[in-house]
Amino acid sequence: MRQIIDIEGNVISPDLLPKVAKKELVKWLDIMIAVRVLDEKGMRLQRQGRIGFHIPTTGQEAHVGAAAAIKDKDWIFPAYREHGLAIYRGIALADIVNHLFANDLDPQKGRRLPGLFGDSRIRFINPSAPIGTQIVQAAGAGYAARYKKDGSVSIVFFGDGATSSNDFHSGMNFGAVTKAATVFICQNNQWAISVPLSKQTATKQLVDKATGYGMPGIQIDGNDIFAMFTAVREAAQRARKGNGPTFIESVTYRLGPHTSSDDPSKYRSENDVELWRQKEPIGRFSKYLINEGIIDKDEPQRIHSKYDQIFNELISEADNRSTPPLETMFEDVFETMPWYLEEQLEEALRFTKE
Amino acid sequence: MAELTIIEAVRLALDQEMARDESVVLLGEDIGPDGGVFRATQGLYEKYGGKRVLDTPLNESGIIGFAVGMALYGLRPVAEIQFADFIWPAMDQIVSEVAKFRYRSGGMFTVPMVIRTPYGGGVKGAIYHSQSPEAYFAHTPGLKIVIPSSPYDTKGLLAASIRDPDPVLFFEPKRIYRAFREEVPEEDYTIPLGQASVVRSGNDVTILAYGAMLHVAMDAAERAMEQHKIDCEVIDLRTLVPLDIETIEASVKKTGRVISVTESPKTAGFGAELSALVAERWIEYIESPIIRVTGYDTPFPFVLEHDYMPSAEKVLDGIIRSFNF
Ligand SMILES: Cc1ncc(C[n+]2csc(CCOP(=O)(O)OP(=O)(O)O)c2C)c(N)n1
Ligand SMILES: [Mg+2]
Repeated sequence: MRQIIDIEGNVISPDLLPKVAKKELVKWLDIMIAVRVLDEKGMRLQRQGRIGFHIPTTGQEAHVGAAAAIKDKDWIFPAYREHGLAIYRGIALADIVNHLFANDLDPQKGRRLPGLFGDSRIRFINPSAPIGTQIVQAAGAGYAARYKKDGSVSIVFFGDGATSSNDFHSGMNFGAVTKAATVFICQNNQWAISVPLSKQTATKQLVDKATGYGMPGIQIDGNDIFAMFTAVREAAQRARKGNGPTFIESVTYRLGPHTSSDDPSKYRSENDVELWRQKEPIGRFSKYLINEGIIDKDEPQRIHSKYDQIFNELISEADNRSTPPLETMFEDVFETMPWYLEEQLEEALRFTKE
Repeated sequence: MAELTIIEAVRLALDQEMARDESVVLLGEDIGPDGGVFRATQGLYEKYGGKRVLDTPLNESGIIGFAVGMALYGLRPVAEIQFADFIWPAMDQIVSEVAKFRYRSGGMFTVPMVIRTPYGGGVKGAIYHSQSPEAYFAHTPGLKIVIPSSPYDTKGLLAASIRDPDPVLFFEPKRIYRAFREEVPEEDYTIPLGQASVVRSGNDVTILAYGAMLHVAMDAAERAMEQHKIDCEVIDLRTLVPLDIETIEASVKKTGRVISVTESPKTAGFGAELSALVAERWIEYIESPIIRVTGYDTPFPFVLEHDYMPSAEKVLDGIIRSFNF
């Protein structure tokens, strides 16, 4: 398993440590903390009944390293715990918050559960909910990239549970056979809701699956942002050169519940969670930056307070807005509205007026 | 102008669309050097190469999911599902992804693509090479559904489907792939989606049909005229979604009698939708029960397929029942 810094932030594989500008490293931390704060806010809003649902990300913020490892023109196919890639790419935080509230400014017109969003302007694909479907789509995009010869790649995220899905198989196989410019990243957070990895697969480690598809695989410490950054960068370079896809097993842990509707105490012990909490990515990377003298020890807290304030303001604005107008329910089924949807819209409007 | 069969019109449309637009890419099983099991893509691999006529692994979910990624990227994939009976592994990609990408993303992401697939019975194909699954897809918002019945329409509708901004399921009536020839212009033309065609005009009974059943309906209409002096109007729907409601309306108001002919099972088939639409909208014009001539509510048979499928006799029986009510 590739690990570059340990849980105390000490460099344990100096030969693998990438050369990255200090400013960029601070940006990584900044965005990891933004993701953490967004998670705290989302959970609280859900508990307060102000939004209906929340999907936690805490413990998996090292995914930000993947955004840093690729180019702006590359395509990201997220699952639903990868907000950091969108934030790294510069999505408007207001768009995310308006989306959480499904209000009239939500770019997705209030159509999705909180946490399921995409943005074409930053090539961050809109995720669905059926597990695994994006895996083969990313392979198709990676094929299209090669077809268009524009030197871009697609990267795709999915969970350990998703490795059992049909489209994991489809995606890995189609990707390898067509030498698609795609990087497959499995966020193995040990759980698929309540089902542990041992019930998901009989293979010793998920990375072994790469062999069966004829592509290289690498297992990384998914809580080490340097491991994530270097593995994705190497895989993307390989894909960009036309040498085909790579499978990355990122070993991490879901510190929170599966979603706001889940109670993990029914299926896992708090002791295990505590062990993994010691390994979580933000504390570890902060220690590294402090050890190296890149930030002072108060910087993580300052960043946290900054985002706390930013999100609080966005939340109070978003919470006061109206729901999207009824018309939007009938838009975007097709590019132009067919006659029967016009009729149904008229009918729906009649009931709001009465 | 050449006289072409339906399968040749498919091939010509694919060829011309590929020549016109580099982003049109074909994918499917055995579509490369083999030219497809029905030869729809014959010669295209040689002409455009393996990157544009992509032989895929044997996995329908993979074919459609892969096409989604291509479409997101700006290509115009045309996926072939070898038989409509084998479309089910791709159901999740079609229903959850293809149909919903535009909607779920608030219009930010679209996946224009065509899914071509031979469908229908009467070819001694038995239970897994004969089905007509169009109703399953008509029930899914976000998919357009096109079914041609003639070589001329095939070319124009397939070209329109490939250029359409929304995903299109293009069901090809394999029973009549080579049944007859018709003049098909080389020149570029499209037939707009959502437009039915009045194939035979008449004043007594309206018959709604599409695909291979259009010809069964026409046969019955001719016999009704010759044998019973009943003058049927036959409408080829061509596009099931979006349906051409105006053409149907004009005919129903004229005749007041309606029959639909579809070869899929009866219950919740597309004929049921047509009956419901007519009853809901124009009941005051209707003179007799709205009749569905369909396949039966059984899996598709083998040796008894001709008893299973709508025939001219069955349609004629429907016409007489409708007319004499
Ligand atoms: C096809 C399908 N089946 C079931 C579900 C319900 N479901 C949502 S998330 C999930 C577990 C996913 O686990 P994993 O892939 O490991 O991702 P994680 O949530 O751990 O990030 C399940 C069963 C679903 N969304 N899609
Ligand atoms: Mg998991």
